[in-house]
Amino acid sequence: MKKLGLALLAPIVALAFAIGVAALALLAVGVNPGEAFGLMWDFGTTSTSIASIVNRAIPLYISAVAVAIGFQMKMFNIGVEGQYLVAALFAGWVGGSIAIWAPLHILVVIAVAVFVGALWAGIAGVLKVTRGVNEVVATIMLNFIGFSVVGYFLGNFFAVDSGALNQSTPLLPESGQIPGLNWIFTVFGFTEPKGTELQGFLIVAILIGIGYYVLVWKTRFGFDLRASGANPGAAKMSGVNPKKMIMYTMLLSGGVAGMVGLSTMFGKLHAYTQDFPRGLGFAGIAVALLGRNGAIGMALGALLFGFMERSALILDLNNIPKEVVQIIQGVVVLAVVIAYEVVDRWIKAREIKAANAATQAFRSDGEEVAA
Amino acid sequence: MTDSDQAIQLIDITKTYPGVLANDDVNLSVGLGDIHAIVGENGAGKSTLMNILYGMQSPDSGTIKVRGVEDVFHSPKDAIAQGIGMVHQHFMLADNLTVLENIILGDEPTKGLALNYSFAKDKINTLAEQYGMPLDPDAMVEFLTIGQRQRVEIMKVLYRGATILILDEPTAVLVPQEVDDLFDSLKELQAEGVTIIFISHKLDEVLSVSDAITVMRGGKTVASVVPSDVTAHQLAELMVGSELPTPETSESTVTDIVELSVSGLTNYHSDGRIAVDNVSFEIHQGEIVGIAGVDGNGQSELVDTIMGVRDAAAGEVVLSGVDITTDGTKDRREDGIGIIPGDRHRQGLLLDSSLWENAMLGHQTQPPFEKHGFVDKKGAKRRTTDIVERFDVRTPNVDVPAAALSGGNQQKLIVGKEMMASPKVLIASHPTRGIDVGAQAAIWKELRDARAGGLAVLLISADLEELIGLSDTLLVMFDGAIAAELEPASVTPKTLGSHMTGVKVEEAS
Amino acid sequence: MTTDTRAPATDTKRNPFKDMTPARKYTLFLVAGLLLLSIVQLIEGTNQLTSPGTWSAALRLTIPIMLAGLGGLYSERSGIVNIGLEGMMIAGTWFGAWAGWQFGPWWGVALGIAGGALFGLIHAVATVTFAVDQIVSGVAINILAAGSMRFLSSVIYTPDTGGGATQSPRIQDFIGTFDVPLLSDWFNSLADKGWFFISDGAGILAGLTTGVSWLTLLALALIPATSWLLWKTAWGLRLRSAGENPWAAESLGVHVLRMKYWGVTISGGLAGMGGAYLVVVQAGIYREGMTAGRGYIGLGAMIFGNYNPFGLLAGAGIFGYSDALRLRQDSVHGILLLLAIGVTLLMVASIVRKKYEAAATQAVFAFLFFLWWGLTDTVPGQIVTATPYIITLLVLALATQRLRMPAADGIPYRKGEGH
Repeated sequence: MKKLGLALLAPIVALAFAIGVAALALLAVGVNPGEAFGLMWDFGTTSTSIASIVNRAIPLYISAVAVAIGFQMKMFNIGVEGQYLVAALFAGWVGGSIAIWAPLHILVVIAVAVFVGALWAGIAGVLKVTRGVNEVVATIMLNFIGFSVVGYFLGNFFAVDSGALNQSTPLLPESGQIPGLNWIFTVFGFTEPKGTELQGFLIVAILIGIGYYVLVWKTRFGFDLRASGANPGAAKMSGVNPKKMIMYTMLLSGGVAGMVGLSTMFGKLHAYTQDFPRGLGFAGIAVALLGRNGAIGMALGALLFGFMERSALILDLNNIPKEVVQIIQGVVVLAVVIAYEVVDRWIKAREIKAANAATQAFRSDGEEVAA
Repeated sequence: MTDSDQAIQLIDITKTYPGVLANDDVNLSVGLGDIHAIVGENGAGKSTLMNILYGMQSPDSGTIKVRGVEDVFHSPKDAIAQGIGMVHQHFMLADNLTVLENIILGDEPTKGLALNYSFAKDKINTLAEQYGMPLDPDAMVEFLTIGQRQRVEIMKVLYRGATILILDEPTAVLVPQEVDDLFDSLKELQAEGVTIIFISHKLDEVLSVSDAITVMRGGKTVASVVPSDVTAHQLAELMVGSELPTPETSESTVTDIVELSVSGLTNYHSDGRIAVDNVSFEIHQGEIVGIAGVDGNGQSELVDTIMGVRDAAAGEVVLSGVDITTDGTKDRREDGIGIIPGDRHRQGLLLDSSLWENAMLGHQTQPPFEKHGFVDKKGAKRRTTDIVERFDVRTPNVDVPAAALSGGNQQKLIVGKEMMASPKVLIASHPTRGIDVGAQAAIWKELRDARAGGLAVLLISADLEELIGLSDTLLVMFDGAIAAELEPASVTPKTLGSHMTGVKVEEAS
Repeated sequence: MTTDTRAPATDTKRNPFKDMTPARKYTLFLVAGLLLLSIVQLIEGTNQLTSPGTWSAALRLTIPIMLAGLGGLYSERSGIVNIGLEGMMIAGTWFGAWAGWQFGPWWGVALGIAGGALFGLIHAVATVTFAVDQIVSGVAINILAAGSMRFLSSVIYTPDTGGGATQSPRIQDFIGTFDVPLLSDWFNSLADKGWFFISDGAGILAGLTTGVSWLTLLALALIPATSWLLWKTAWGLRLRSAGENPWAAESLGVHVLRMKYWGVTISGGLAGMGGAYLVVVQAGIYREGMTAGRGYIGLGAMIFGNYNPFGLLAGAGIFGYSDALRLRQDSVHGILLLLAIGVTLLMVASIVRKKYEAAATQAVFAFLFFLWWGLTDTVPGQIVTATPYIITLLVLALATQRLRMPAADGIPYRKGEGH
């Protein structure tokens, strides 16, 4: 129990600090923070809002999981942004160009997305393993190259009408769409969300989360992964092959990243369009940091971010700058990272003290073997 | 001999760390203008003493006198102010800066806003000539040889006006030519009035260049001699002590079956120096082969090569008749090579992970830790509980992080997890370094029992009691090569100490 | 037998190319490059590659990237990786626009620098004092900066000001420009003459000397100034030592932590200046997202320049030039030919140096480039847009092994920790 409390300590402190900063910012512009936050809460907890929040959280969560896979090994896949867009483009085009039995159709789309995402991330992995290129810069560069690739293929090959203002791949036919989950609300006796359909891809997101948890903490691969991040020397001595590990990690991370855009594709736009949501890759990094790479932590983080974005809409209608949410998000990420570091340091200091005390207790004749 | 004749006097210095008495009423007197050597084994207390002299540590009790005047050093700056300069064993040089930049850093001469390069260059060139240590101030440190880098380190302290130099194991990383160059330089320095104190374990060298020698052992000074009065063998004896433990007399369990064979194994450091030099030996089932040697003579590189963490440039490693020279570490582990790593924090433990997760390290691909690609948590915990009970690891449960355990218990855990994986060969690298006596005895017993059961063990250690007590065959490693094979039952301290320190053995063994 | 392989093998063959002084080498490069451009233009029938308009734009587009990269230089030289340059640049754009609107363009520059430095300071606190992972902190800074600027915009730029949540009102004025006296006119008239090679060269020089912003001059002056500061002063030596071997520096009495604070804060200030430049020289307003990754490209330029101010300028120049070409469609095709010929030359050099494997790869690429050039009339815009990023990747892939990154860059340093 104590461990859970400590684990939550840092993010709660960080969140409180962020809210404090935001409150100050609001005060500075003459807004009553209490009123603003109250409005946000009320609005954010309606059925419609909850559906919207969960919808927003889905891609954030998947993105965070992709990033977290890399983080476990102290590798930074900043390229989720590019990976998911390129993956969504190709998946959308393939999905819109075929029409087969529904479950298979959906699986094909997902498979294409995963494949392309993994491929895109794999480029950075190869560069790192063969040429020692730092994966941070490589993935960031690949992001921009990815944008170009998407623009090129969409404009020249995949768009239904390349002259349109908002180019789009062919729409997914019926067999390529995933039904919504609004009925869950009615089943549990809540009001049905209006104007928003809880996306069916939620199921996949949950599966991804479970898969992530199982992979990292329950499989031997996950053990190797975490060991490589925690102590590369010990991991190597225990038999882990560092180069293989890097490749596997990047491919996995990219594969998951590929699915980030699918919830929007299946549930809303039914195609890849030029106004496809952007920024999910970077937001995913924030959520991963907030959730400390934990399956549940990141889910909570994604929901928190989703909540903030959704409930901010109400602020607009009340002449309160909804961008205050941006401040909370920005500050909380930085604050939580510092908080984790401080809490970690504090815990370690305590453990060292306890270890010393225990060692003293075992002293048999006051003399230790020469170090 | 008045006090002011003595450059340095350390009087009754005592220093303890938690659980270790590093310096026990140590007395040292260094004559002005002398080259004074301090010799001793690993852990004898030499480095601690010099750290105190240089102001990096404060003694618990005792006095320091510089040129007859008592002084207290709170930091290296105080020592530097008194003209004391220290050249550490591990150089502190920035590769990408020039020699000149490395030397003047922190004490830069300026002309207005800019660096006064010409002043610095002139000063360095003058010093270099005066002390006979040629240096190119504009050379990039990255491209310097080790010997040249050492000269830069020495120049760093000379530039700041040091007249008393402390050199910590200066020849540890040099080849013979460079050693000669260094000693020439030391003589020139001495001719200019510089006092030199250096720590070493290489007795031949010490005898050839020093004016006085102090021997330390177990935190105490055991002798102060003059080179003309003593031979290398006598020094070696003083260093290791004339009482050696008597090996346990019990039946030999060594069989005929060769479990691990290493032949012609060679590889190099990244700077081209040789690390492992044509090493060959065999370990039979039921045998412990011990490798004696002072730290840094290639032992850890040898271990890394056998484990597959380092590639062999030449030579073979054969396990149970199968050539594994090109196999990866994982395969070698699965084939049955176990290891108790020499640096448990860097290579042996995941400090923030639980005990049962640590028990998996090195065995995570096999039962009881793995089942169908998944971590078998139950199996792992069960095994870990067994380890904890069998090997007396003091811990409340198997879920605590490894960092919470004391060093001795951490080591017992590592030994236990390796032994209980039924290895064919066990490499035990400094298995009882830095742990309490109780844990040490327990681990020794385990090694003996395992040997009796047919295990082949490679024991690397700097602890002579351990080596002589446990080994069936005793090898000595020096400068990357096997320098000698000795008989544990009859080896004398002289011989062992001599081989460990590179002294040529003149008498018949 | 042990072979003494101490010093790295040095190329002792007499190689006239290698024996030239750096100055001679660069001049040779420039002349050869110009010749190549002239030839390509002749074949392609365009003069856009060397026109004054192109090069004027290239200069303007180079400076922000260069400033960001220079910022990165100060930070990494002190040992702290700074991924947050983008965010610091965003702060620079916002503060630059606000001050430019309220007070005037030079105030915009001043406050842009201050804004960037502020975020630099935050990054320093996180990474130096709290020893948080440097990349994580950098990413967090980017998020924080973007969000804060959005908030400030929505609050300050109420509809009556002429701005909004994602853009600011127009600044009062742009920074003034000037033409280099005599030279500008002379080059321009030469350029008009249409003479092979000479007019081309004149075109480039005309572009670089006409309509130059004073801020550009100031920014360019920072390059030799940085070179002097870092390599010729005690402060600079200490800063570099913090990034090369902080433990050695600390043991000699250098305040390593303080140097790192300076390095990172200055880095933010320079990135902020780059952002301000975007506003007060080019756009005239703040627009959300206007930095478009220039902070990251600046990092790429820095790596391309091997952590050296002049190299960084060259790298930024390549990016700036390709950016300028982007809008001149008919010129881009010629670049393919340029690349084809360039790679062919590389191949010849490889053969001379007996590096046959490399020559083979280069031959393949040269052939592909020739093919692409011959079979097409234009290069798709998107590919050109991606050029700087592709170039960065290529540079990293080819040169990372030989780059001289500050030795302790990115390694967390805590005072008093023995080595």
